Amino acid sequence: MPVEVSIPGPLRPFARNQSRVALETRAATVEDALAELWSLYPGLKDRVGTEDGRIRPHVNVFVNADNVRDLDGMATRLPAACEIAILPAISGG
Amino acid sequence: MVATKQVSVKDGDVLLLVGTMKGLFLFRSGSARRRWEMGGPHFPGLSVYAAAYDGRERRRRLWAAPQSMHWGAELVSSDDFGRRWDRPESPRVKFPEASGASLANIWQIAPGPPEEPDSLYCGAQPAALFESRDAGKTWSLNEGLWNHPHRARWVPGGGGLCLHTILADPAGRGRLTVAVSAAGVYRSEDRGRKWASRNKGVRAEFLPDKHPEFGQCVHKIVQHPSRPDRLFLQNHWGLYRSDDGGDSWKDVARGVPSDFGFCMAMHPHDPDTVFILPIESDGFRCTPEGKLRVYRTRDAGKSWKPLARGLPQKDAFETVLRDAMSLDRLDPAGVYFGTRSGKVFASRDEGRSWELVREGLPPVVSVKAAVVTLPKRRRRAA
Repeated sequence: MPVEVSIPGPLRPFARNQSRVALETRAATVEDALAELWSLYPGLKDRVGTEDGRIRPHVNVFVNADNVRDLDGMATRLPAACEIAILPAISGG
Repeated sequence: MVATKQVSVKDGDVLLLVGTMKGLFLFRSGSARRRWEMGGPHFPGLSVYAAAYDGRERRRRLWAAPQSMHWGAELVSSDDFGRRWDRPESPRVKFPEASGASLANIWQIAPGPPEEPDSLYCGAQPAALFESRDAGKTWSLNEGLWNHPHRARWVPGGGGLCLHTILADPAGRGRLTVAVSAAGVYRSEDRGRKWASRNKGVRAEFLPDKHPEFGQCVHKIVQHPSRPDRLFLQNHWGLYRSDDGGDSWKDVARGVPSDFGFCMAMHPHDPDTVFILPIESDGFRCTPEGKLRVYRTRDAGKSWKPLARGLPQKDAFETVLRDAMSLDRLDPAGVYFGTRSGKVFASRDEGRSWELVREGLPPVVSVKAAVVTLPKRRRRAA
């Protein structure tokens, strides 16, 4: 099942400066796919998620056009081919 | 793309690490401290509440704690004054998964005691102490403080529940003193294994019981290496001195326009000299009467004198936060502070006169001064 993950600019140094990472995966859920991404690029894990495993509050994860917070969160099932986008939320000051 | 300007630091330079809400700026000057060159911003867009210079053991290492609202806080270092920052794949400071906690920010980076030149401490939000025994390569959570039975009842102050001050004992007794907002002062006698609150005499104006065992909102404590049992404390209402290492505290707020304030800084050579910057009140967190005045005691708090020459004295409604004042160790000592309005002021005569070093910076949250000694082979410039 081809899954591509888009990597936000500030985190690309932890993914060999790639903007997109293709996962050769059989991941069924967002959680499975991200676990695979973390195993390839461990530096992403602690920046996207907190120490206790939650996605950081000002980070959004989309499957195609849908925010997983509006679906089943990390348990959201992946369609046959999709893009997972990790994006910083609109926040700041 | 933000362009980051670098500075060339020379042996004997005074270096100011100015942490702001939008990045870290480095100022350097020769020992005369008449002209300042500015570098930065490093980590543009990220807040930097804590920075430090570690010149022990021939190191010339900068530490900083950039915090991203999106990607979290981390501890980074540079051995070439910010040209390259070492940012490990796995963040140096993080809570154990079993703790259920997540690092929100780092408020303090402090050296260990003189007999342990490779030890470093970090103060975190949520309030916790992290320690390194190998010059910052590896870090661990101080379990003694984290498991203290009081911790569940600590409450956050306006800035969050943070451990913001760490004083390692200069006398080699294994004593460690920390301050937490809003929990108060805690002290360990055994290098951090066991901890006890040390708030006797410090009032908590915002609680029904004004003198609880803990729960005080201590803003800053300072200590002089030559008199390790004497501490000064700037409280959320209250200005105190302790002569017994924090076992008891005496009010020394005589001659100040307000005993509310955040910052406090110790003179490097005189244990009786301390600098503060009073703030009107917790309701109006600005300088009293619209006058920007540093106050200094030279008699251990018996009296305080305003220092205003060169500082704005009309419509100057400024705020200086808890870590935004620092001294260098030259003689006479330089005094430096930064404001929430993005100004940095400096005095090269221990506060007698002041000059504006820079304005227009993002809000300043921390200022740390250091005198740089470079190894001989690198003395031309780094």
